[in-house]
Amino acid sequence: MAKRCHPYIPNSQLQTKKEMMLEIGIKSIDELYADIPEKYFLKKPLDVPKGSTELEVKRHIEALLSKNKACADMPIFLGAGCWPHYVPAVVREIVQRSEFLTSYTPYQAEVSQGMLQALFEYQSMICELTAMDVANCSMYDWASALGEAARMASRITRRAEILVPKITHPERRATLQVYAEPAGVNVKEVEYDRETGQLNLNDLENKISKETAAVYVENPSYLGFIEAQVDEISRIAHAHGALFVVGVDPTSLGVLKPPGEYGADIVVGEGQPLGNPMNYGGPLLGIFACRDDPNMIRQMPGRIIGLTTTVDGGRQGFCMALQTREQHIRREKATSNICSNEALCAVAAAVYLALLGPEGLRELGETIMYKANYAMRLLSKIDGLKAPVFKAPHFKEFTVNFEDAGLRVSEVHDALLQRGIHGGKDVSKEFPELGETALYCVTEIHAESEIRLLAEALAEVVSAGRRRHV
Amino acid sequence: MFRQSSWDEPVIFTLGRPGRRGHILPEVEETVKEVVGDLGGLIPENMRRKNPPKLPELSEPEVVRHFIRLSEMNYGVDSGLYPLGSCTMKYNPKINEELADSPKLGMLHPYQDERTVQGVLEILYRLERWLAEITGMAEVCLQPAAGAHGEFLGALLMRAYHNHNGELSQRRDMLIPDSAHGTNPASAAMAGFNVVVIPTGEDGCVDVEALKAAVSEKTAGLMLTNPNTLGIFEKNIDEIAKIVHEAGGLLYYDGANLNPILCKVRPGDMGFDIVHINIHKTFGTPHGGGGPGAGPVGVKEELAKFLPVPRIVFDGKRYRLDYERPHSIGKIRSFYGNVAVLLKAYIYILSLGFEGLREVAEVSVLNANYVLHKLRGVEGLTLPYGEKTPRKHECVFSAKPLKTKTGVSALNIAKRLLDYGVHAPTIYFPLIVEEALMIEPTETFEKEELDRFVEAVRKICSEAQTSPEKVLKAPYNTAVQRLNEVKASHPQNMTLSWRMHLKKRAATNP
Repeated sequence: MAKRCHPYIPNSQLQTKKEMMLEIGIKSIDELYADIPEKYFLKKPLDVPKGSTELEVKRHIEALLSKNKACADMPIFLGAGCWPHYVPAVVREIVQRSEFLTSYTPYQAEVSQGMLQALFEYQSMICELTAMDVANCSMYDWASALGEAARMASRITRRAEILVPKITHPERRATLQVYAEPAGVNVKEVEYDRETGQLNLNDLENKISKETAAVYVENPSYLGFIEAQVDEISRIAHAHGALFVVGVDPTSLGVLKPPGEYGADIVVGEGQPLGNPMNYGGPLLGIFACRDDPNMIRQMPGRIIGLTTTVDGGRQGFCMALQTREQHIRREKATSNICSNEALCAVAAAVYLALLGPEGLRELGETIMYKANYAMRLLSKIDGLKAPVFKAPHFKEFTVNFEDAGLRVSEVHDALLQRGIHGGKDVSKEFPELGETALYCVTEIHAESEIRLLAEALAEVVSAGRRRHV
Repeated sequence: MFRQSSWDEPVIFTLGRPGRRGHILPEVEETVKEVVGDLGGLIPENMRRKNPPKLPELSEPEVVRHFIRLSEMNYGVDSGLYPLGSCTMKYNPKINEELADSPKLGMLHPYQDERTVQGVLEILYRLERWLAEITGMAEVCLQPAAGAHGEFLGALLMRAYHNHNGELSQRRDMLIPDSAHGTNPASAAMAGFNVVVIPTGEDGCVDVEALKAAVSEKTAGLMLTNPNTLGIFEKNIDEIAKIVHEAGGLLYYDGANLNPILCKVRPGDMGFDIVHINIHKTFGTPHGGGGPGAGPVGVKEELAKFLPVPRIVFDGKRYRLDYERPHSIGKIRSFYGNVAVLLKAYIYILSLGFEGLREVAEVSVLNANYVLHKLRGVEGLTLPYGEKTPRKHECVFSAKPLKTKTGVSALNIAKRLLDYGVHAPTIYFPLIVEEALMIEPTETFEKEELDRFVEAVRKICSEAQTSPEKVLKAPYNTAVQRLNEVKASHPQNMTLSWRMHLKKRAATNP
């Protein structure tokens, strides 16, 4: 069979190719590669696939993906920085609009008003959620947003240290380290209260100094509890001339006080739960917001969309603002190297927030709190389980300790998996002082029956373990 | 004639009415409420939200209509030619979107037991192998979220390498050609290096003598794009690699321009030690108006131990995530990468295969040279650097003569092109070309569409001679006319959120 023209490459059609070559004055496309030294050309085909038709590809991918067990196959109680939430059908419809999906960064504002306005609306909604004044149109994820926040705080204060709670997500902590180190910013940990998980304010007072550029807390914390001393932490940070940086899960902000109301200077967070599927951990959506302070805004990383008018002043419009902070203008003096970000995930978040509105967001927060607390109540009734470990209010995640049941988290996990349930994340290596502990997550997608199923399964596992040990 | 939709669509905060709902959640089960009791006691008083967020209140159809109208005021690669130089705006296959939308991926959690995610791990593992093969590197890390993120990782790997050799304190210079993408110097600076700029010679390639003079025991590495941003292949790459390596530096390949050499030649064979790949350029995943993309990084064997954790490993039976890498730099983000994007790249490679990818490269080069040929000699445009050198994926014209004679600049040409239903090329880049028009047609567009583009540019250049004022005021057919970008960034007018807008309005009309 003669070689077929590839569906994605119109000019691979032979006659077209010939006409174009004739026009250029070449006999073979090889002539266009003649300046590349001969020795570099591949001598044999690479070990990559041979090419497949759409139908073949579909079969292949569906077979591969069917090897995964996802939320529809078993209840999954994992969170820890990527959370299962329901994504309304409207969100998918909008982000699949090819005018949005297949556009580039809106450099040509006049043909990109749709994306620019949607991103401006995203920024504005993030400001409302967090009670901050300015948000950028996204970072890669919470972890990299935290890294950028530390660098920004250091540039603003001309200080070189950030204090973070010992209970911080280890991956965020590791990312922060990698971002901070080349900028000469040191990361120091602040102890927590063993009873409540709350930040140890004495330790904070001891460690904060004239070197401290920022104090960081997460709310809700990595281990799910609410950090309630935020007013005091904010006061301490500011009294020492440091900035107060707060990391958030935005699904909590329908019920929890927003960081802008307790003195936050920079807010970071993970926007994935706002209308973005988990996708095995990416793409995510880094939230980044700050106060309306020119010194801060000038130091912000990332794209920011601004409101403007047409040149004749006749009509409102949108364009990228403050580009002189960015790499394509400022090069090595830019506030960050970020270029492509997570714009379409931000659009998803804007659509999601527009659908939910203030009432929906409150409903979401309350539903999550009801269900997480329900799970904690059921689990803590099981003899030998402690849920949560910390005496503090929790939002959607909580710790479960198996020490008194004489069980290891890994054993519990295996036993649950056999029963068709995926338990929480093992955090006993991350925080050895907590013993055999796992981090469980419950959201609005978990039905009461699934939570009950988890509790019943755990009760069985514990009693089976006890029989074994007796 | 092209006319973009021009809805007078208000900012969403001014739409809707209190009490309208676009989405409602299932009622919490009575059993749950009974067991938990009143929620009020569960949040400490000082942590309760007292003022609800001022989000819009809209019904579902209103939300849909608002965003559909916005989408109609946006131009994508499915709308028409999008010849943004160095951005490789190619077709994004629909089957990739359909398959990546699977709940078998969407509802998969990154911390799931490895036994339950073998399918996705297999995809990622194989993709790493294919990308390593295509770039000629030993190992590939899929984690970076974008090209610049990959560059940052690359620069951090150089840091780790020199640190491992006890030379980090001495090797502070990152050499970067003056034609480089802005992300290169920004990434190098973020990783703590000093940027040393290497000039471009008259042939449009790195000035080798200047490079020789710049390298020293302080050299950390050279970041190079090949073909470069003029669309010209760095023909002295052999010598360049030798110079950098002999000085003890590493050679970094900016993969933004990988498309024209796919399955023809490989960065690894040219001596590059580190490579990043822009998945959303070369491997056909949509750019989404500014992401999500993906920027995998490939390295030679001796750098593999520094890659971020976890690494995906395969023992012949099972795939697993390996965190036991004592030399790893750590993490540059959470989890394993933009998996949904990476899946689409996997499908793209599967669909095209070796021959197809080579065809992509060759046709992208044919298209770029075709456009170059057709625009050569248009009055007002010149082709700086290497007049006779064939371009690869893109060509860069200068509109300086046109501007001098008529006042019509590259920016004006760009804006006027929008009126023809064509996206503008990249303008004012690379910085070494004055009034630059950087055109990358990619393999996606048929000859007829390229001809229309060429015709539009010709018409605009001729219009500039006869009625320049017409061009200067363009565009006319877009959703809005020329926007005031200066105003958007002026401290007095700067309005970066709806909340700032309301504050400003209240201040002017108390």
